[in-house]
Amino acid sequence: MYTQAMDIPDESGKKLAVVPGAASDQEAAFEARIAADGRIEPQDWMPEAYRKTLVRQISQHAHSEIVGMLPEGNWISRAPSLKRKAILIAKVQDEGGHGLYLYSAAETLGTGRDEMLAGLHSGKAKYSSIFNYPTLNWADVGVIGWLVDGAAIMNQIPLCRCSYGPYARAMIRVCKEESFHQRQGYEALLVMMKGTDEQRALVQDAVNRYWWKCLAMFGPPDADSPHSAQGMRWGIKRISNDELRQKFIDATVPQAKVLGVTLPDPDLKWNEERGHYDYGQIDWAEFWNTVEGNGPCNKERLATRVKAHNDGQWVRDAALAYARKQKERQVKEAA
Amino acid sequence: MSTAPALKDWPLWEVFVRSKQGLEHKHCGSLHAADAAQALHMARDVYTRRQEGVSIWVVPSAAITASNPDDKGELFDPAADKIYRHPTFYEIPEEVGHM
Repeated sequence: MYTQAMDIPDESGKKLAVVPGAASDQEAAFEARIAADGRIEPQDWMPEAYRKTLVRQISQHAHSEIVGMLPEGNWISRAPSLKRKAILIAKVQDEGGHGLYLYSAAETLGTGRDEMLAGLHSGKAKYSSIFNYPTLNWADVGVIGWLVDGAAIMNQIPLCRCSYGPYARAMIRVCKEESFHQRQGYEALLVMMKGTDEQRALVQDAVNRYWWKCLAMFGPPDADSPHSAQGMRWGIKRISNDELRQKFIDATVPQAKVLGVTLPDPDLKWNEERGHYDYGQIDWAEFWNTVEGNGPCNKERLATRVKAHNDGQWVRDAALAYARKQKERQVKEAA
Repeated sequence: MSTAPALKDWPLWEVFVRSKQGLEHKHCGSLHAADAAQALHMARDVYTRRQEGVSIWVVPSAAITASNPDDKGELFDPAADKIYRHPTFYEIPEEVGHM
């Protein structure tokens, strides 16, 4: 489960201006509740910009979940054993469930699910860029669990304290399930590292390809992240992009050591003074290029998603027709 | 939970799960489904993948009547000054022990 795209602007973001002016009573009550670290619920009054920010963020998050099913789904039929296949199916099913929790949370803000899906399918709405890279070998599946889900967990734990109640509750549910995702990935890699030289090389190759992309998942540096400050003030975002990225790096370096892989960054070293690892420069031009739709798999992912949705139309129609027929039958029997 | 239009015509359902025998059903989320049977089926897949429940209720969201947040003061504030409804309001001599 994957959240980088959270403060990535999309079309809906353009209308997002906080209009200054005399605060109404409702607005004062809202601000007071936020200041007291209280929670906002669906029926409560909220500023339009807060609502739009949440719809954008939660729907991007939901889209990331269901698009995230695709790169791993590719490996279900190729998993090396029945055990790994069962685990992978369970994980991919979890991601679908996480998408549903999040769409439900976003719907409480008054935006319909069909509207959100239409945004995804037209390319208007964003999802996490990490899924626009291919999964080339079996080790990629392990690395996605270890690093991609690991980065996502870092991001999501503070979201359990988000000021919007339904989002926070969805995140609690998600975080409970997420730990399995990271551990199964790390363990799958451990098994490969105990195998042949060729298997070890596959793991290192996957780590090399994914490491920098995972660091970018935390979003642009704080200095270049205009949405972040407002999100922090509103209690939607609790910890800054750079701070989360640092936490992730500090937690991951020792795990890489145990696994026996190197992280592809010559500048990565412990800084005694800061009490953190220093790291090299992230390629933000590449990141933005992928966000803009030019990554290696953007077109393929979206096309697969749209095809699945369209191919499922007859199922949705049939379920509805069946429900209608059952209802009519009941009415007739009652008469 | 929501008044948003559902996925074309699939209505919204609220899901309540009893985590174990003897405990109450607790609200755990919502989903879209064509009918009650499908809602139950989907609730099982979505909300009980890790033995979270032994029983599920699904209720059409439209069937729920909720109190209006604007009435919160009127409805709930009167209870605030009735502290005599709580056992701690009463001072009992210590020698009486636990009561």
